[in-house]
Amino acid sequence: MEHKNWNGFKGGVWQDEINVRDFIQQNYNEYTGDSAFLSGATERTKGLMNKLQSLFALERQFGGVLDIDTATVSSLTSYSPGYIDKDNEIIVGMQTNRPLKRGVNPFGGMRMVRQACEAYGYKLSQKVEEEFKYRTTHNDGVFRAYTDEMRAARKCHVITGLPDAYGRGRIIGDYRRVALYGIDRLIEEKKKDKAKLADGAFTTDTIRLDEELYQQITFLGYLKEMAAMYGFDISIPAENAREAIQWTYFAYLGAIKEQNGAAMSLGRVSTFFDIYIERDIKNGALTEEGAQELMDDFVMKLRIARHLRTPEYNELFGGDPMWITEAVGGMGEDGRTLVTKNSYRMLNTLYTLGSSPEPNLTVLWSASLPDTFKKFCAKVSADTDSIQYENDDVMRPIYGDDYAIACCVSAMKVGKQMQFFGARCNLAKLLLIAINGGYDTTSNMHIGPQMEVLEGDKLNYETVMERFDVYIAWLSKLYVNTMNVIHYMHDKYAYEKTQMALHDTDVGRFMAFGIAGLSVVADSLSAIKYANVCPIRDENGFITEFETTGDFPKYGNDDDRVDLIAKGMAHKVITELRKTPTYRNAVHTLSVLTITSNVMYGKNTGATPDGRKASEPFAPGANPMHNREENGALASLNSVAKISYDDCRDGISNTFSITPEALGRTEDDRITNLVSILDGYFAKKAHHINVNVLNRETLMKAYENPEAYPNLTIRVSGYAVNFNKLSREQQREVISRTFHEVI
Amino acid sequence: MITHTGKINSIQSLGALDGPGIRFVVFTQGCNLKCGCCHNPDTWSAQGGMPYTATEIVEKATHYREYFGKDGGVTISGGEPLLQAEFAREVFMLCHENGINTCLDTSGSILNDAVKALLDVTDRVLLDIKYTKNELYRKHVDCDISKILEFLDYLNEKGIPTTMRQVIIPTLNDTEENIIALKKIVTEHPCIDKVELLPFKKMCQVKYDKLGIPFPFADIPEPTAQSMQNLEKLLSEA
Repeated sequence: MEHKNWNGFKGGVWQDEINVRDFIQQNYNEYTGDSAFLSGATERTKGLMNKLQSLFALERQFGGVLDIDTATVSSLTSYSPGYIDKDNEIIVGMQTNRPLKRGVNPFGGMRMVRQACEAYGYKLSQKVEEEFKYRTTHNDGVFRAYTDEMRAARKCHVITGLPDAYGRGRIIGDYRRVALYGIDRLIEEKKKDKAKLADGAFTTDTIRLDEELYQQITFLGYLKEMAAMYGFDISIPAENAREAIQWTYFAYLGAIKEQNGAAMSLGRVSTFFDIYIERDIKNGALTEEGAQELMDDFVMKLRIARHLRTPEYNELFGGDPMWITEAVGGMGEDGRTLVTKNSYRMLNTLYTLGSSPEPNLTVLWSASLPDTFKKFCAKVSADTDSIQYENDDVMRPIYGDDYAIACCVSAMKVGKQMQFFGARCNLAKLLLIAINGGYDTTSNMHIGPQMEVLEGDKLNYETVMERFDVYIAWLSKLYVNTMNVIHYMHDKYAYEKTQMALHDTDVGRFMAFGIAGLSVVADSLSAIKYANVCPIRDENGFITEFETTGDFPKYGNDDDRVDLIAKGMAHKVITELRKTPTYRNAVHTLSVLTITSNVMYGKNTGATPDGRKASEPFAPGANPMHNREENGALASLNSVAKISYDDCRDGISNTFSITPEALGRTEDDRITNLVSILDGYFAKKAHHINVNVLNRETLMKAYENPEAYPNLTIRVSGYAVNFNKLSREQQREVISRTFHEVI
Repeated sequence: MITHTGKINSIQSLGALDGPGIRFVVFTQGCNLKCGCCHNPDTWSAQGGMPYTATEIVEKATHYREYFGKDGGVTISGGEPLLQAEFAREVFMLCHENGINTCLDTSGSILNDAVKALLDVTDRVLLDIKYTKNELYRKHVDCDISKILEFLDYLNEKGIPTTMRQVIIPTLNDTEENIIALKKIVTEHPCIDKVELLPFKKMCQVKYDKLGIPFPFADIPEPTAQSMQNLEKLLSEA
C-alpha cells in the first residue's frame, strides 16, 4: 500500500500491516553525537510557558484544582475546542474547553466523582447525576460481585489502592498509529478483524471481543470528529512532523478524555517523531529551532493534562500525577541504538521549559548506549531530578525493542500488550496478621484463616515462616480473585475503547500484582532469625509490639543473609499468585513499587519486629528502610539488585538520593560518576532507579517556604512530583529518607 | 603467602571523592598523626576497629567492580594505612589479580621497607600535604615536613602517579605564599599530575563531640567559596 504522505520513507511490511516498529526500524537514523546541536526555547515558547506558569500558580492558589466542569461528562467530543493562546500554539487540543479545567468522568464510579467535586468546593451537577442514575458504573459492578472476604481485605487495608472506584489505567495506546496510518486505515483493519471473528465459534470470549471491536471502531470515529473540531482531518496519514506530533497527541488526548485511569502513559514516541523531523529538515521545511519548538509545544500540552481525584486518592498517589510516561533511548535488536536527535530534544524540554514531573521521562538504559547520551542523561538528572532509568538490557530480551513503560515500571510491547493494574498488598501487615493467627490489630478485624496467636516468649524463625506461608497462600488466592472481579467489571462497564482501538485485536494481557513493605518484612524476618524478638501481647493476647534485642543483618547492606530473604519473599508471592487462574488468561506479574502509598501503608500497619514503630512509613518501593544502610550507597543498590526481575516482571522500583558533594568535586566528575553508578547497577541486572542529586536542606527549605520553590521536582517511587504538591506528611517522609552524603 | 588481617574502621561502598572514578573505600583504624583538621577522629585510636582479612576485603570489593568503569577501583584510606602496610599490600595485590585499580590515601609520614613494598602495587597515591611550612607541621601535626617530602621524593623516583591534596584552613594555609610553595613542590615532583585544594569543613565537630575529644580547630572558620576560588585560580596560573 502507498500513500503520498509517506513519500521519502523507506517501505516495508509496515505498509501492508499495522506495524509501527517496522516503520521505525526501516526509517530512523541513530544519533551517537553529543548535545551541542540542541536549540533553546524560542520567544514564542517562552511566552506560552509564562502563561502556563501563571496558570499553575493560580491552580496552586486554588488549592490544587483550578476549575471543574461539573455538568459535562468527559468524552472525546463533549467539550468545545480549548486553547492556551490559539494564535501562538503549534500543537493544539485540550481535555476540556479551558486549560487546567477538569472534567468529570463517572464511568469508574460516581462516589469518587461526587467526593472529588465536594473536596474542591463544587457539587456534581444534577444533570450528570440524572444521566448516571440508571447506568451501571465500574464501581457498581465490582461491589455487586465482591465477596465478604474481598470487602474485608480491602477494609483492613491488607490489599489497598485497587482500581475498583476509578479507571484502572496502565494501558498505553499505540498513539503513533494514528499519525502513521490515519484513522480510516485503522478502522478498515479493525473491520477486517471483526469480520474474521465470524469464521469461528461464538463463545463468551468471541462475543465480548466482537462487541469491543464495535466500540473500538466507533471511538476511532469519535477521534476523527474530535480532531475535526480543531480543524484537522486525521483520517489520512500525517504529512509532516508537525502533523505527526499533532495526530499522535490527538490520539493521546482522546484517550485521556475518555478515561481517567490512574496512569495514562504515552509510550515511546520520541524516535518515531524523529523520522518525520529528519524528513522535514532534509526537505528544508524545518530547522533545529523549529523541531525543538514542536517538541516543546507538545510537552507543554502534556504538562497541563489533569484528572479529577479525591483527597483519599492523593494519599495513595501524591502530587496529582498522570504518569504520562515516555520511554526514551534504549537499543534496537539489530545493535543500533534507538537514541536519535529527538531523544535529546525530549530531554531538552527539561531545560527549555524547566524541570517538571510530567511527562514522566524514562531513559531505557543499556550498557551499549552511546557514551555521549549517557553523559547527557546524567547531566539532566543532576540538573533537574526529573528522569528515571530502567534497564533495557533486562527488558529488551523479553519485550523486544518497541516496548514502553506504563506508569512507573511496567513494561509492555506498544500496541501489542496491556495490563490489568492491581495496586498492591501489604506484606508487612500480612506478617502481623499471620503472627496473630488471622487478626489485624490495627483495624481490630478477624481476617483469613483463623488460628492460635503464635505462642512463646521469643519468635522462632521456622515457626513464623511456616505460618506466614499459610497466609501468603491465602492472600494470593484472594488477591487474584479480587482482581478478576475488578477487571471483569472494568471491561464490562468502563472499557478503554480509544486505547484498545490502538492495540492489535489479539492483545497480550498481564495481571499486575504488587507488594508493599518488602524491606520491612525482610528486616523483620532477619531480626527473628538473627536477633531475639520477644512479642508483647495486649490484654486479649494479641501481639501488638515487639522487643528486639541483639543485632541482625539489614536489607540495604549487600548482605546475602537478609537480601536473600527479600528476594525469596518476592519469589514466594509470585509463585503463590500463579496458582490461581486470571481473568482473560492474563499473565501474572508482580511489582515492588509503592508510589507514595508507603506512607499510608505504614500508617495502617502495627509495630514490626525490625523495630519500626506502629504507623511509621515504610520505605518506598524496593528501597531499604531509611538510614539502615551502613556501607554506603552502592551496597544499598546491590541489595535491591538481587531481587529478580523474573519474579517481578511488573518492575522493581528504587529511589536513590545523593548530594552533589558526595557524587564528585566537579560537574564533570559528577556526571562521569553517575554514569558509572548507572552502568554498574544495571550490569547487576537491577531493573529501575530514580535519581535525585540534591541536598536535604533544599527540601527542608521548600517545606518551610513552598512559595519560593514552585517548580522543585523530585523523583519518588517510580515517578516524579512537584514537591509542593505532596501532602505535609508525604513531604516529611521524603525528607527523612536516606540521602547518601559525604561523611 | 601469609594472609594479613587489617583493623578496619569502616567501609564506604560509594567513594566518589577519594581517587579517580567510583571507589570502594576502606578506612583503616589507627593513625600516627593528630591533625587538627582531621574529619575522621574516630580512626585515630589503634584500639578498636573490625578485623578483616585482605581476602575478605577484596571479596567484598569485587561486588562493586561493575561500578568501577575504566577509572574506579579500591582506595585504602584511614586512619593511616601505612601503619598496616603489609595488610594493605596484600589487599592491593589481590586487587591487581582481579584487575582492580588501587589507590592509597595517605599522609606520607612513614617510609620503610613494608611501605615501599606497598607502593610497588599502588596505582595512585593521594598524598595529603597538610602545610608547606615545617613550623606548622610541627605545631599542628606533630611531625616533620621532611618525612613527607622524603616520601614524595620516593614516589617521584618510582614514577607513581600522585594526586596532591591539601585542606585549606583559614588563618593557617589560605595564603598566596602557601600556594606558591605548593606549586614549587609540584614542579619539583613530576609524579604529581593533579592537585586538589579541599575546603576545611567543620561538620566533623559532631564526631569529636561523640568521642569526647576536643576539636582542635573548633574556632577556625570554614573558608569562603570566594577564597577557595581565588586560591584555585592562583594554583592554576602558570
